Amino acid sequence: MPADFNWAIGGEAGDGIDSTGKIFAQALSRAGRHVFTSKDFASRIRGGYTAYKVRTSVDQVQSVVDRLDVLIALTPRTIDENLDELHEGSVIVYDGERTTMQGVEIPEGMVGLDVPLQSIAEEKGGAIMRNVVALGAACAVADFPIEHLDSSLEKRFGGKGQAIVDNNRKAARAGRDYVNENYDHEFDYNLETTDNDYVLLNGDEAIGMGAIAAGCRFYAGYPITPATDVMEYLTGRIEQYGGHVVQAEDELAAINLALGGARAGARAMTATSGPGIDLMTETFGLIATSETPLVIVDVMRSGPSTGMPTKQEQGDLNQMVYGGHGEIPRFTLAPTTVAECFHKTVEAFNLAEKYQTPVYLAADLAMAVTEQTFAPEEFDMDAVEIDRGKVVDDDTIGEWQNEKGQFKPHALTDDGVSPRSFPGTGGGAHMSTGLEHDELGRRTEDTDMRVEQVDKRNRKVETAKEREPWAYREFGDKDSGNLVISWGSNEGAMVEAIEFLEEDGVDVHFISVPYIFPRPDLTEVINDADDVIVVECNNTGQFADILEHDALTRVKRVNKYNGVRFKADELAEDIKETLSQEITA
Amino acid sequence: MSSDVRFTDFKSDKQPTWCPGCGDFGTMNGMMKALANTGNDPDNTFVVAGIGCSGKIGTYMHSYAMHGVHGRALPVGAGVKMANPDLEVMVAGGDGDGYSIGAGHFVHAVRRNVDMTYVVMDNRIYGLTKGQASPTSREDFETSTTPEGPKQPPVNPMALALAAGATFIAQSFSSDAMRHAEIVQEAIEHDGFGFVNVFSPCVTFNDVDTYDYFRDNLVDLAEDDDYDRHDYDAAKDRILDASKEYQGVIYQNENSVPYEEQHGLTENMAEIPDGAPEDATDLVREFY
Repeated sequence: MPADFNWAIGGEAGDGIDSTGKIFAQALSRAGRHVFTSKDFASRIRGGYTAYKVRTSVDQVQSVVDRLDVLIALTPRTIDENLDELHEGSVIVYDGERTTMQGVEIPEGMVGLDVPLQSIAEEKGGAIMRNVVALGAACAVADFPIEHLDSSLEKRFGGKGQAIVDNNRKAARAGRDYVNENYDHEFDYNLETTDNDYVLLNGDEAIGMGAIAAGCRFYAGYPITPATDVMEYLTGRIEQYGGHVVQAEDELAAINLALGGARAGARAMTATSGPGIDLMTETFGLIATSETPLVIVDVMRSGPSTGMPTKQEQGDLNQMVYGGHGEIPRFTLAPTTVAECFHKTVEAFNLAEKYQTPVYLAADLAMAVTEQTFAPEEFDMDAVEIDRGKVVDDDTIGEWQNEKGQFKPHALTDDGVSPRSFPGTGGGAHMSTGLEHDELGRRTEDTDMRVEQVDKRNRKVETAKEREPWAYREFGDKDSGNLVISWGSNEGAMVEAIEFLEEDGVDVHFISVPYIFPRPDLTEVINDADDVIVVECNNTGQFADILEHDALTRVKRVNKYNGVRFKADELAEDIKETLSQEITA
Repeated sequence: MSSDVRFTDFKSDKQPTWCPGCGDFGTMNGMMKALANTGNDPDNTFVVAGIGCSGKIGTYMHSYAMHGVHGRALPVGAGVKMANPDLEVMVAGGDGDGYSIGAGHFVHAVRRNVDMTYVVMDNRIYGLTKGQASPTSREDFETSTTPEGPKQPPVNPMALALAAGATFIAQSFSSDAMRHAEIVQEAIEHDGFGFVNVFSPCVTFNDVDTYDYFRDNLVDLAEDDDYDRHDYDAAKDRILDASKEYQGVIYQNENSVPYEEQHGLTENMAEIPDGAPEDATDLVREFY
């Protein structure tokens, strides 16, 4: 394993935990280190436990591990909550002068650094800076040059004036100095820096950026955790590219607004989470039947109903593959990393327009709110290609009109894809409907036409299966006989779990699947393996069920549904244990 | 847009399946006339309808159109207009579609004030499901699902609109063809959300709110020289006056600024480059 460093700040919501964590993560990124962050938060605005964790290494880090080296504890509960991850020698920075921290006991074997965060902050200009004093203290512990904090403090507080930035810089240095002067403990950390340039962003931001890059101009949504960041990202940015964001009155309106935008010819998108997907499902069938291209992002969280809104789960897969009454051709993509959130969003727009279908983008909370470092080349704008599919214009529309000059938006074609005419195109006027229709888009109950239109729409999926590279990502030892399959955001944890497993002498072949429907044909590889485990963050193993159905065989499952994403080391243990088990029931 | 468009250009060759004598024939004819009179043509017009008898209108008219799901025509229309403000957008609905399942969208469409026209065919009954009470049915109106009447006051759509901040509120009667077309035309010409509630009698299931009833009880505000449509209080009085049925433009806000103008929407968003926008690299730089 790379020599990595795990740091966290925890306290009450409203304590500025999130921004403090982000400042540290950004400083590390700018110092040329890789960063992977995770958040632990509750569904409330103030109070309640919240934490921001940062894992960093000079090598790429793609997951969280069950380990914490330095913890800044603003409340006693912070220590309790993280007890399992703290280890012999872990450093806990706390402010013993604070009423709430008085009498707090540092667990045996750990190093408590009592730093008067609040007093120092007040001395340097205000109690509000106590978190920054703590960051300075953390820099001293980790032997991380404090200058790297400067630019992220500038980024965070620059808008409030140079004086504020300067005060924060002083506060950070005071925190560092206090630790250096009062503790002569030799800490075993050295956060070396590199000249590499990295960008640090989360999945929701990557989806928003992908949307703009892909030419999305119209976004309608309704705030819901953890998808709201997509809307917040696009607001204020999409306008610079001629687009618009609407905050709708509810999810029903959101998807219908987006549908209207798409029908007018814009590349349009909406994003929501599970409960919102339920509401949107009403319109989902209309989108498919009217053959309107639309991208629908589901940033999954724990369900059902309102479940645990701030916790991780991948429980909506069945909804995205089967949801809706009747039979609905659709695509469902599941980005596997933050960078893939960008690429899959671009791909989703192309698929939607090339095949004139709704496309689900299955993201999840763990990926959406997790910041990760990448080389900026991972977001290569020059490589973005936009394919709008079969759009007719005034010159080409003639091929798609009948003898009366009527346009055929649902023409029966070999590949199942019909021409599209944007409103305003002369001679292309037609109605789009959720009713079964003929080639002209007119309601029909003709039995033959019904069959032809159903076949035509479903033919698009078959065409896409042939034309598109439904590739998967492979890691580990292909010949090991131990096959692990996962989808969505579990990839990072599993890639690192492979290394943990190797240390224990267990080799695995890992396949990470970014396409849920349609999906790559894994039948052969599954049937060739000795042992197959499907890893996913849900209780029943929704993807495992699908793969069993595809391959006509049984698979083993590793499921996690306590609301926390997989940790690499823990996942390795689960895999080892599951490999030794027989399939039961 | 062209000046030689006739209203029949908006007619499709599908024969309506509305009941003979249905008010919706007149409502639709008036919409087509108003569209033609305002210089629109079918290729630049977008008509959105929901579900129910009113929802069939997209099939009988010829234009770009969307036949949506029940109650959600307004957000579709707003999305179309925002994405391409060059289009003339007209949304058609019924009293069930618009004031029951779609009531929430109605209130917010009014608030949003997108420059489009909303025509509601109000027959005060659910026709296509064969005669149940609608949100505008009278309190004592007996139907299969309300044998003693709904026993709740009807929704007053104009009051709802006024309370939500409507900038244009009108009412018309489908069988008064000239006036109805004129009123819809005024709604189209209004800068903002033009709302027209149309009395569109159901000859099959509603024997109370009939052609005769409206003929006998309709008061045309155009015939009242003292009536000022810009006077909010006067409009409120008329709207809350349950003793009469009014026809005409009841309220118009002179200061209406449509949504598109407020948000600087002028471009047709269908037009995008072949690849990422030229300065899209700036988006990445932000994350350093």
